Amino acid sequence: MRRRRRRLLIVGLLLPTLMGAAVLALIAIRGTSVYFYAPKDLPETQEIAGRTIRIGGMVAEGSVKPGTGLETRFDVTDFEKTVTVLTTEALPGLFRDNQGVVVQGKLGQDGVFVASQVMAKHDENYMSPEVEKALKATGRYEEYTKPE
Amino acid sequence: MTYSRPILWITAILTLGLLLTGAVWALFFTPPDYQMGESVRILYVHVPAAWMTLGTYTFMVIASFVGYVWRHQLADLAAREAAPIGLVFCILALLTGSIWGKITWGVWWDWDARMTSVLVLAFIYAGYIVLWRSIDNQAQAARFAALLCFVGAINVPIIKYSVEFWGSLHQPATVITAEGPKMPVEMLWPLLIMALAYTVMFSFYVTLRLRTVLRQLRAGRGLSSRPVSVAQPVTMTDVPPAHDITLSADADRQGKE
Repeated sequence: MRRRRRRLLIVGLLLPTLMGAAVLALIAIRGTSVYFYAPKDLPETQEIAGRTIRIGGMVAEGSVKPGTGLETRFDVTDFEKTVTVLTTEALPGLFRDNQGVVVQGKLGQDGVFVASQVMAKHDENYMSPEVEKALKATGRYEEYTKPE
Repeated sequence: MTYSRPILWITAILTLGLLLTGAVWALFFTPPDYQMGESVRILYVHVPAAWMTLGTYTFMVIASFVGYVWRHQLADLAAREAAPIGLVFCILALLTGSIWGKITWGVWWDWDARMTSVLVLAFIYAGYIVLWRSIDNQAQAARFAALLCFVGAINVPIIKYSVEFWGSLHQPATVITAEGPKMPVEMLWPLLIMALAYTVMFSFYVTLRLRTVLRQLRAGRGLSSRPVSVAQPVTMTDVPPAHDITLSADADRQGKE
């Protein structure tokens, strides 16, 4: 009986302690580790020049300009600031205006971001094409597909 | 184990019926997605596998807790026998997610928080299985494996909230959100049926694996690949209070308690 209580105490202390430590560690690194920068959070150009980083945002409407071959130029925006991206990589099937994207590459001195990888970000909304058509017809499409 | 036979039959029939219903519904009678098109159908395999990856681990944590505190042998064995099933769910989620990622995001893999934390869980599953097999004394192995299971449990909430904590490539939750499912009912129903099918399939395999282990114990042969010496012959009619299955190292200790 005494042993059982001791084991219960061990696990009862171990589990909350580990959980608490993990939560504290996560809160501590939350500010220091980012998966991608939004254009407005981008550090100074000289600070990140030459380093591989990721930028996440939306493809600005009407900004996609195909160049020669696979070369494409487009703007990534968070509706506050905009970064021009240049890539020679193949674009994912979901890539288009107003699509959430994550681009990985380096920021040049001229402020143009040269992406070695372009990934399309899908949001949590699922919808059938008929519903999309119906929503667009009633003008309420934006409400349902607003990112975050 | 007089109950195991009907349980196995019922869960086997239910699994087959639900899997067939869910798969046919999902593949032929659900609409494509407005963005992802037909590739959205990977959803019905991927999402239940990902749920069961976390579900199986949670099952193992609870079983390990009961086994560790009350020295309940059947609970220890339940955790041990569930682990390979969880690992299979985990690998299935990673593989189908990778295929879906290539189609949707344009990459097979990316080190974002969700994918990385699920990969870590796969390693925890593997480590847990290896730990059980690397210690001959199964009573001792049960204690170490339970502690590993508790430590690994911190990864479960990390996986769940990884998509909200860090900006990730993986999308946030769709089905369980504060505003309700962000998915039409004609997609949600087959998804829930598939999830139920996976859950029932999990109970089938755990029951089957446990029954096999207990039969081996009863036969007094120990476990073929994992040596377990049995202090006294165990008859199956004795099983329901499962701590009656006394593994050798615990025999003297249990006498003192």
